[in-house]
Amino acid sequence: MITVELNGAARAFDVPADMPLLWVLRDVAHLTGTKFGCGMGLCGACTVHVDGVATRSCITPVGSLSGKKVTTIEAIGKTPAGKRVQRAWLDLEVVQCGYCQSGQIMSAAALLASNPSPSDADIDAGMSGNICRCGTYVRIRAAIKQAAGA
Amino acid sequence: MKRPIGPTPEPVALPGGVVSRRTFVQAGAAAAGTLVFGFALPALGGGPRSARPSSFSCKGLIRIGATGPIAFIIPQVEMGQGTYTSLSMLMAEELEVGLDQIEIEHAPPDDSLYANAIFAGIQVTGGSNSIRAWWDPIRQAGATAREMLITAAAERWSVAPADCRAERATVIHAASGRSATYGALAARAASVPPPTTVRLKSPAEWKLVSTPAKRLDAPGKVDGTATYGIDTVVPRMKIATVAACPVLGGTLASVDEAKALSIAGVRQVVRLDDAVAIIADHMWAAKQGLAAADPKWREGTNAGVSTEDIVKRLEAASQRPGAVARTVGDVAQAQLTAASSLSAVYELPFLAHATMEPMNCTVHVQSDGCDVWVGTQVATRAQAAAARLCGLPLERVRVHNHLIGSGFGRRLETDFIEQAVAIARQVRDPVKVVWTREEDVQHDRYRPYYYNRVHAAIDAHGNPIAWSHRIAAASNVARWIPAGFKDGIDGDAVDGAVDPPYLLPNLKVEYVREEPPGLIVGWWRGVGPGNNIFVVESFIDELAAVAKADPVAYRSALLVNSPRAKAVLELAAAKANWGDPLPPGRGRGVSVQHAFGSYFAQVAEVTVAADGAVKVDRVVCAVDCGLTVNPDTVKAQLQGGVIFGISATLYGAITLKGGRIEQSNFHDYRVLRINEAPVIDVHLVASGEAPGGIGEPGVTALGPAVANAVFAATGKRIRKLPITT
Repeated sequence: MITVELNGAARAFDVPADMPLLWVLRDVAHLTGTKFGCGMGLCGACTVHVDGVATRSCITPVGSLSGKKVTTIEAIGKTPAGKRVQRAWLDLEVVQCGYCQSGQIMSAAALLASNPSPSDADIDAGMSGNICRCGTYVRIRAAIKQAAGA
Repeated sequence: MKRPIGPTPEPVALPGGVVSRRTFVQAGAAAAGTLVFGFALPALGGGPRSARPSSFSCKGLIRIGATGPIAFIIPQVEMGQGTYTSLSMLMAEELEVGLDQIEIEHAPPDDSLYANAIFAGIQVTGGSNSIRAWWDPIRQAGATAREMLITAAAERWSVAPADCRAERATVIHAASGRSATYGALAARAASVPPPTTVRLKSPAEWKLVSTPAKRLDAPGKVDGTATYGIDTVVPRMKIATVAACPVLGGTLASVDEAKALSIAGVRQVVRLDDAVAIIADHMWAAKQGLAAADPKWREGTNAGVSTEDIVKRLEAASQRPGAVARTVGDVAQAQLTAASSLSAVYELPFLAHATMEPMNCTVHVQSDGCDVWVGTQVATRAQAAAARLCGLPLERVRVHNHLIGSGFGRRLETDFIEQAVAIARQVRDPVKVVWTREEDVQHDRYRPYYYNRVHAAIDAHGNPIAWSHRIAAASNVARWIPAGFKDGIDGDAVDGAVDPPYLLPNLKVEYVREEPPGLIVGWWRGVGPGNNIFVVESFIDELAAVAKADPVAYRSALLVNSPRAKAVLELAAAKANWGDPLPPGRGRGVSVQHAFGSYFAQVAEVTVAADGAVKVDRVVCAVDCGLTVNPDTVKAQLQGGVIFGISATLYGAITLKGGRIEQSNFHDYRVLRINEAPVIDVHLVASGEAPGGIGEPGVTALGPAVANAVFAATGKRIRKLPITT
């Protein structure tokens, strides 16, 4: 039994310790906002926060998270940075298909929480692990800047 | 407010009845107090729809109940292009409701109601034509419903309909101060005879259309509540992952079932002829079970196929005369008078779609029916495939469509749905089959490899007097809509080649069909023009260089018969500061096209590093797509198209070796990331022309603009994509 603090509540999971967090979230907790994209930490669709740090859940064994705080897209709006990012995403109409956007928002919220005024280079560094096939990058960049200024 | 994107409704049984063939909209009481409006499109195989539909159904596009939001049933599926919002805008404009008063439902499978009149005549989303296909029918549905609701109110109040007006889902009789909501009028309106004609608003009367409306699907996509096919959760559902034979046509030889079943959480091993699926409690167990099963394959006749073999066949095919798709004048005669000539070969590679949401499909097969939860661009084909595999009548197969985590043409296919149904037939409980990214990249329906030969005869002034273009490639049309493949010509494969906007007095375009072994081709964002615009715009650039002319000026002079193309070209050039000097190692390239019903020009600025690496710094777009519905969506689609196009132009290539696809995930099938994304400016030309498509033009124009920019920077012509090769 592995216990993590998931979106503010303690949750115990009876799963193998090497099971990636992604599948615990999606297939056990049925929190489907966190997406599967590549399974290798290449695309960022599965990004969550572990103790506030953007983390690829598809390559993070749940056994490594005992006692840690995990935040997913479903609860990121309760954080100041997450709320600002979501607002900016809506204001600038960032989303297209939307499938990668959970991960984009989680990465952007972590970036802003640690760096309130990111430069273009900071945005590149913080966001280049998140692929968007619809190509919303120019709006992601603008939305992060707007959220930073909000 | 309820979530604006609702579930796919269960099919509603409606009272039947013979309907006048002259009436095109029928309202029927679907349930007490519920009004359902709709109409069917005529059965047809293509071409623009001009006449009114002549057949009917009660099921439809709008559902109004006594209470609750007004339901818009949207026939085109949302995969990012914004169609749920833009089609809703058209409906809301005429129905006189606010976008905050509606709820969207995915249309259930029904070709009689939801066929796309300009693409294959079935219920299909693709080809950048959602607005073009539904521009009239949806507005007519909205206007007809509005008139019937006004009539119902007027009858109730014993006043003239002309003295009433509608506003925000309410009919108002100003003279008496009376008003009634659409919900209160729905039951009565259901018995109002539909008008035989309705007047649609003129653009000057629009309140919503052509204004930037907020996307209705956005809120759920920023808080994780939007539901894609892969997010399906139903009671007792199992999770499966699958491995199909890595060589097309091969079969499953053996699996270590005992070892797979020894993995905790693995419930069952399902064998198909060409694949094995591991049924488990969760994806982790399924993946581990698949590794433990260690499937062995009989690879079959394609085991030796390589890309080189395929390209050799295409090269040979390109030497044969093809089916003539178009001739203008006499190319052979014109060549006799030419001052000079130029020839080139252009090659474009196989490409995977790599949609962000990997292929997946959830199926529950029962003795008397089948449920399919999936995101599909072809709901009726999905239904028919499941019905055939299960031996069920169509109406027993319920397809629950979903938001699509990008399609790009991949979800025009039903292979992954058929596979999931075949697996589910062996599983008692509902099963969600999820492909790994590796499975997704290696079992795609790939964009065809195109091998092009072009030749121009040039007069003493450097202008082309004859242009011939031969395209050798596999045929998507022949496989996907066989009836559309006629006289050896794939109309898609020559789209964008047969009608260049330039003054070309003598023109000949041929197509040679050559099907590759070892893989199956499919539609890919940009389709035929994705090849042909690259060829035309690269070759015209080469002609400009031979003539020692400025690429914009050379094109502009040849666009005398296409003022809209000329206008977007000149606008893009002006906004991009065309002609301003750039430092060494940088260059600007241009492309202009008329494709998907829209006129579009791009200027790309690139930097070429000493090692040849290309970075796209800036892309300036100018578009005339006729009347726009949601202008911000037009910009978004073009911005996204540019990014998608850069991925393909700089990096995209699928190759085969030993019959196997060599790429597997984003490390070796590279796509653009934010640190590589250029600045993108989009300029819209105000236009009163009929609306054109916008999902694909950004992609098709990008390749040649970048390739021409590389030439400007380096003097090196790009005749084979991707550029990194």
